[in-house]
Amino acid sequence: MKPLRAFRYAAPATFYPLAGRLQPWFAALAVAFAAGGLWIGFFVAPTDAQQGEGYRIIFVHVAASWMAMFLYCVMAFWAAIGLAFHVRLSSMMASAIAPTGAMFALLSLVTGSLWGKPMWGAWWVWDARLTSSLVLFMLYVGFMALQAAIEDPRRADKAGAILAIVGVVNVPIIYFSVRWWNTLHQGASVSLTKSPTMAQTMLWGMLLMALAFWMYAIAAVLARVRNILLEREGHTEWVQHAVA
Amino acid sequence: MSAVVEDNPLAAPAAAPAGAVRGSVVVAMRRDLLLAARHRSEVLTALSFFVVVTSLFPLGIGPEPELLRRIGPGALWVAALLATLLGLPRLFASDHADGTLEQMALSPRSFTLQIAGKMAAHWLVCGLPLVLMAPLLGVQFGLEPEALAVLVVSLLIGTPLLSLIGAIGAALTLGVRGGGALLALIVLPLYIPALVFGSGAVEAQAAGVGVRAHLSILGAMLVLALCFAPWATTAALRIAME
Amino acid sequence: MQWHSASEFFAMGGYALYVWGSVGACAAAMAIESWLLKRRHRRLVEALRRREPRTSDPNAARPRAAARRERTA
Repeated sequence: MKPLRAFRYAAPATFYPLAGRLQPWFAALAVAFAAGGLWIGFFVAPTDAQQGEGYRIIFVHVAASWMAMFLYCVMAFWAAIGLAFHVRLSSMMASAIAPTGAMFALLSLVTGSLWGKPMWGAWWVWDARLTSSLVLFMLYVGFMALQAAIEDPRRADKAGAILAIVGVVNVPIIYFSVRWWNTLHQGASVSLTKSPTMAQTMLWGMLLMALAFWMYAIAAVLARVRNILLEREGHTEWVQHAVA
Repeated sequence: MSAVVEDNPLAAPAAAPAGAVRGSVVVAMRRDLLLAARHRSEVLTALSFFVVVTSLFPLGIGPEPELLRRIGPGALWVAALLATLLGLPRLFASDHADGTLEQMALSPRSFTLQIAGKMAAHWLVCGLPLVLMAPLLGVQFGLEPEALAVLVVSLLIGTPLLSLIGAIGAALTLGVRGGGALLALIVLPLYIPALVFGSGAVEAQAAGVGVRAHLSILGAMLVLALCFAPWATTAALRIAME
Repeated sequence: MQWHSASEFFAMGGYALYVWGSVGACAAAMAIESWLLKRRHRRLVEALRRREPRTSDPNAARPRAAARRERTA
C-alpha cells in the first residue's frame, strides 16, 4: 500500500513552506467570519428580554470557551501521534497549540467575569463553567511549564505528550466533578451558564464567532510551529535555504 | 545503556504467569518498605506536615466551632492532598540517582509491576498514616463520630488514588528543574475530582444524605487509576531515563 | 436594526464597559499574540542569517548587509 502523498508534509522541510502559504488564508478567513459574526451579534440579533444588551458578551465568551476546550483535545491528539509514531513535527504542533489554547482559556475567564459582574453582581462566581475554565487554564499552564523545564526537546515532547493524554482523559472527569460540586453547593442560586433562550440569530452569531476564533487559532498555530521549526532545526540545510 | 532502555514507551507490559506477577510486585514493595523502615524520619515528616497544615486553617480562619465543623472535611482533605504531594518526589528520586531504577527497567521482571510495587509501598508509608491520623485531627474540627468514620473511609479510598495520580507527575518531573512546584502545578488540577468527591462524601453525611454515591464514584476513580496509572508512570519513567 | 444612533450603539444599554471590555480583550489578546509571533519570526530569521554567511554564491550579498537592509525594510 503506497503511503499517502500527504505524509510527505510530515517532513519539516516541506511543511515549513506549506504552513507559510496557508497561514494568510486562515487569517483572512478569521477576519471574514469575525466580520460576519460581529455583524450578526451586534446588529441583527435582538435585545434579550432578561439580560438587555449585556448578553452580547456570549458571542465572544462562548466562542473562547469552545476553542479552549477544542484546542486542548487537538493538542493531545497531535502529542499522542508524535509519541506513538515518533513524528517530531506532530509534537511541535502540540507545543505550538498550547499557548493559543491557554490564551483562549484566559479570555474565557475574563469575558466570563465581565459577563458575571453586571448579571450576577460579582466579578467571580464559582459556577461550573468558570471553574472548569480555570482548571483547563491550569492544565495548559502545567503542560507549558513542564515542556519549558525540560531541556532536551525530545524528552520535553514525550513527557508533554503523556501529560496531555492524562489531561485529556481527565478533562471530562474534572468537568463532571465540578458540575456535581457546583449543584451540591449553589443549590437554588442561578448559574452563569444559564444563557438566554437562544434566538436563531444568536446561534448563528455564536457559530460564526466560533469559526472565526478557530480560523485565527489555525493561523496562529501555523505561525508558531514555523517559529519552533526554525528554532529546533536551525542547523539544517533546508532552514538555511528557507531563511536566505 | 540508553539504547537498551529505549523501548516504545507506550508498549504494554508482557503477559506473565501469575506467580511472577505477584513476585515482581511483592519484591519491589518489600524493598521499598525496608528502605522506609531505615529512614523512619521521612515517614514522620509527611505526617507532621499533615498535622501542621491542618492547624493552619483554624489559625487563619478563626476558632468558631460551627465554622470549623463546616470547613473540616475540606480542610482535612486539602491537607492530605498537600501531604501526599510532599512525599511524591521521594518515590523515584533516590532510586533514579543511584541507578536502581535503570536496573529495574532492564531486569527480566515486568517494569510496570515493579513500579506498581513501589507505588503500593509508597502509599503504605505515606498515605496510610494520614488515614490513621485523620480521626484525631477531625476531632479538632469538631466532627461527629459518624462524620469521622466517613472521613476515614473517604481517605482510605482517596489516598491511594492520590498516590497513583501523583506518581505519574513524579515520573514526568524526574530530575527536572523546579521539581516540587512544577510537580504541584501538574498534579493538583488532576486531584480536583478526588477532592470534590472525597470531602463531598463527608459533607453529604453531615447533611444527612447518603454517602454511597460519593464513595462509589471515588472507588470507581481508584479502579480506573489502578488500571492506568502504573502504565502511564512506567512510560513516563522510560522517557525520563532515556 | 435596533440602534437608533451611534451613541446608543456604543452605550450598549448601560453595559458598555462589560460588552466592549470583552470584545476589546479578545481583540487585544489576538493582536498581541500575532505581533509577538511576527516579532519572534523576524528575530529568528535575522539570527539564522547572521549565523551562516552564504559562501556558495559569490554574488550574494553579505549577511550583515542583508540584515541591515532587512531592518530598514
